[in-house]
Amino acid sequence: MIEYALIFAFACVGLSMILSMVRLILGPGVGDRVLALDTMSVNAVALIVLLGIAGGTQIYFEAALIIAMLGFVSTVAYCRFVLRGDIIE
Amino acid sequence: MTLETVIEGLVALTIVIGAIFTLVGSYGLVKLDTPMPRLHAPTKAGTLGVGAMLIASILFHFATDGGSLHELLIMAFLFVTAPISAHFVAKVHIHREHTAQELPDPPLDNVWATRDVAPDEDMAGDQVPEPSGGR
Repeated sequence: MIEYALIFAFACVGLSMILSMVRLILGPGVGDRVLALDTMSVNAVALIVLLGIAGGTQIYFEAALIIAMLGFVSTVAYCRFVLRGDIIE
Repeated sequence: MTLETVIEGLVALTIVIGAIFTLVGSYGLVKLDTPMPRLHAPTKAGTLGVGAMLIASILFHFATDGGSLHELLIMAFLFVTAPISAHFVAKVHIHREHTAQELPDPPLDNVWATRDVAPDEDMAGDQVPEPSGGR
């Protein structure tokens, strides 16, 4: 039962990464592109967690945590660059 | 019906719920037509989807190989940071797309904080409005 759920979930998360890639390419504004990148990093966390369930290991946990933290920091950095013209004032 | 079957069903159910919510979040990102509604879909539905998958991971590892609760770290981090990044993206949208005349009046100050810059310091470079009322 878990195998079929995993196949379905891999398909769904891969499709949602493609959809956020479409928004990343189409734009039209800077805010939309930043939001699409943030969504892609959240989806990458979901993919890594699914990979950990499929492989039956816990060694992917640190990778998921680091990608979650870097996604947030990069979103804030992009937004501050657009808002203030500088990241650290 | 043994305990393993129940846990397996729970894991499969939470995985499917998480997958559907993640897909709905990204589909809303493409489907909705203006930036402010577009902000809602991934920051709420996407975060809920990832949270459901992390619950599935906790249950699965407890059932198979003596798991721990450290997926809760990712969950807490994502649930705390998703509103913050959404707030920043909304500020970017206000800063780039609107002039101060189109916006509703802020409750306490004269202008919205993202529009409160001197004209020669405005890095966006377009449509710098005069603030309504004295500073």
